[in-house]
Amino acid sequence: MSVVSKDTTFLGYRRENGRVGVRNFVVVLPLDDLSNAAAEAVAHNIKGALAIPHPYGRLQFGADLELHFRTLIGAGCNPNVAAVVVIGIEDGWTKKVVDGIAATGKPVVGFGIEGHGDHDTIMRASKAARDYVQWASEKQREACPIAELWVSTKCGESDTTSGCGANPTVGNAFDKLHPLGNYLCFGETTELTGGEQIVAARCANDEVRRQFMFMFDRYQKVIDRHKTSDLSDSQPTKGNIAGGLTTIEEKALGNIQKIGKVCTVDGVIDKAETPTHPGLWFMDSSSAAAEMVTLCAASGYAVHFFPTGQGNVIGNPILPVIKICANPRTVRLMGEHIDVDTSGLLQREINLDQAGDQLLECMLRTANGRLTAAEALGHREFVLTRLYESA
Amino acid sequence: MIHCVLHDAGDTVAVVVVEGVSAGTAMTGWVMDDDRTIALEARQDIPIGHKVALKDMAPGDTVVKYGIDMGKVVAPIRRGEHAHVHNIKTKRW
Repeated sequence: MSVVSKDTTFLGYRRENGRVGVRNFVVVLPLDDLSNAAAEAVAHNIKGALAIPHPYGRLQFGADLELHFRTLIGAGCNPNVAAVVVIGIEDGWTKKVVDGIAATGKPVVGFGIEGHGDHDTIMRASKAARDYVQWASEKQREACPIAELWVSTKCGESDTTSGCGANPTVGNAFDKLHPLGNYLCFGETTELTGGEQIVAARCANDEVRRQFMFMFDRYQKVIDRHKTSDLSDSQPTKGNIAGGLTTIEEKALGNIQKIGKVCTVDGVIDKAETPTHPGLWFMDSSSAAAEMVTLCAASGYAVHFFPTGQGNVIGNPILPVIKICANPRTVRLMGEHIDVDTSGLLQREINLDQAGDQLLECMLRTANGRLTAAEALGHREFVLTRLYESA
Repeated sequence: MIHCVLHDAGDTVAVVVVEGVSAGTAMTGWVMDDDRTIALEARQDIPIGHKVALKDMAPGDTVVKYGIDMGKVVAPIRRGEHAHVHNIKTKRW
């Protein structure tokens, strides 16, 4: 009997649009690089407000600009966020982000810096942030059905133990959540290279399969267009190779263990898009840890499973990242980063079913409010995916 | 003690899952899909997480892991030797 069933509940924050979050952040969101200083000043002034600075947002255009807006608006809409203060260099694009977040019904307000300067903007935005923080602090957790917890996954600094231990643990947990009606997500498009036919075979129907192969082939063309070698220093990474992974095919076959043995791939989304029905979604995405996890946050996911072999230390400001590791050396040397130690799997001390249950128990405790290792250590990597140069 | 694991009985490499494997170590390998063990001897020092060859392989041979093609052999490998980027390359990109 698994630790989760239809009757399992977790304690979450129900938002105005019905979505359920597991954290209660008041975010100060810069539209662009120029607004980071003001956003960080507001977060410094108002205890409990969280600034999420980033380096982009100027002179982007076309699909790259659309992705920028989708990611910022998606992060603001994430149910782990109670309220948002947006700060931009000018009013136009700032309002676009405010309006996008306002569609959820949550409190949001924007401030443009031009014509006011940092001092006046920081003062006005701090007043708004103080109101939001006090309002949010009265929000109470309530029991919510497990199916309302959206769970994403992406692995990082993988080694061969990822494919034998940590990734199959995620797969086991996904196989248990999928029948309960959870929204699940995986991605890392190039990191399926050599195993893409396995994912295609797992697609729920021909239309999903066609969409998946379209995304896969589109990303392969990006690699082909820009590569100067066989990518053997980039994908696998130097860390992967140090950990014993040799080829992209080997890495991909290990990566795919995260989608379990039985759950179907039920839908395909582009970067930072929001899934529209329960099931396992493939999101076209970079395999770089902070980029992919940020995209998951923007898609609305509330908890993230992050298996690692060599010890990736990533976190995210609004999406709790649960680290799973099966490499006993990494657990020994970097234990402060690991939430779920499944190294017993490789010595047959525990079986995969038990490892999956350990992860699900950790997921429920995290959803109920326990901080992950990455949260306790202050890892808040918020990294926007760029598609091409600015104008 | 399990020294190395392989996923599928047809795999030609296994993953070392303990520290300290050196030339001459008598290894127990666990075939995960069949839940049985095999025995082999390491011919070289092999770090944790790195692969040991389960059979002799020649350049051009396909390396099998998870029961699936994971690349090609580019330098001769003997059973018990360290199998990694110095003797295996991707077939993609």
